[in-house]
Amino acid sequence: MRLQYPPDIKIILVPCTGKVDVLHILHAFEKGADGVYAVGCMEGDCHYNSGNLRARKRVEQAQKILDTIGIGGERAQMYNLSSSEGPRFAQFAVEMEERIRKLGPNPIKLAKKKAA
Amino acid sequence: MIVADRKPIEEIIEEVKNHEKILILGCNECVTVCEAGGKKEVGVLASALRMYFLNQGREVKVDEKTLERQCDHEYLEEIRDVMDQYDAVVSLACGVGVQFMAEKYHECPIYPGVDTCFLGATEKRGLWTERCQACGQCILARTGGICPVSRCAKRILNGPCGGSAKGKCEINKEIDCAWELLKALDKLDDYEKIDSIKDWSTDRAGGPRKVVREDVQE
Ligand code: SF4
Repeated sequence: MRLQYPPDIKIILVPCTGKVDVLHILHAFEKGADGVYAVGCMEGDCHYNSGNLRARKRVEQAQKILDTIGIGGERAQMYNLSSSEGPRFAQFAVEMEERIRKLGPNPIKLAKKKAA
Repeated sequence: MIVADRKPIEEIIEEVKNHEKILILGCNECVTVCEAGGKKEVGVLASALRMYFLNQGREVKVDEKTLERQCDHEYLEEIRDVMDQYDAVVSLACGVGVQFMAEKYHECPIYPGVDTCFLGATEKRGLWTERCQACGQCILARTGGICPVSRCAKRILNGPCGGSAKGKCEINKEIDCAWELLKALDKLDDYEKIDSIKDWSTDRAGGPRKVVREDVQE
């Protein structure tokens, strides 16, 4: 298919989005990520039954925390698609990039630079 | 086990915002099981606080540690060597652990990071319910294994109050009436047995309590 999607997205493979923990998401932001999104299978289609549902809850938990501490919950998102939907994968990447560009860089990254 | 719930991060920030060197201290026992104050919750809170302070333009040290227990001297002693590195500790242990910490390290302010709720069971992940009020004189042998002290809103000991409807307590429609549960167990005959009045002096009415076991003391 050779679909194009924004090059500044780093993909981390996990066996199932159920593996993604709120701690992973928070640590990514602490390390300076501008946004984090999880892409899981369609709801109801998880091979492990509820991995993608758990991931959604964890993303929501991270969103709440990020809002509370002033980083912005919108920077964390959850998406679902089925494994054959390459174009949707690219579309989510574009969507996420646009969202983050509007929000600007992660304030933690800027604060760290200032402190250094 | 002792069941606790996480405190809102805003509340914890408000308590510790003027400190510079903070230790987030978890406990590996009950609060780990009820997912309120174990290693994972320590990690989440510490990460959130580090980011909060950085975002405020402040360099605050926020470290993480989780002890086996916070209600025993031997485990609390494990941090004696590092305590001088901190000007505040947020303890994610139950109220017992927070107090034991505060007694031992009274020169350092200790803040609770969880709300300690009750003695209860894990019905399923994410659902913990109360089972015991530690009244100091267990009557379960006479109540079919269902505790009216903790599970009846009015703590009544001689049959239901008359307000239960469809098996639910009149105080809260989501809670089973303890006495209706007993009916379901087919143990109602037990209630014909008249018992002497419960001695409430072993409950909180008698003030703070202690258990003394000279046979095991050193
Ligand atoms: S309805 Fe049942 S549980 Fe509720 S107060 Fe009355 S006796 Fe107790």
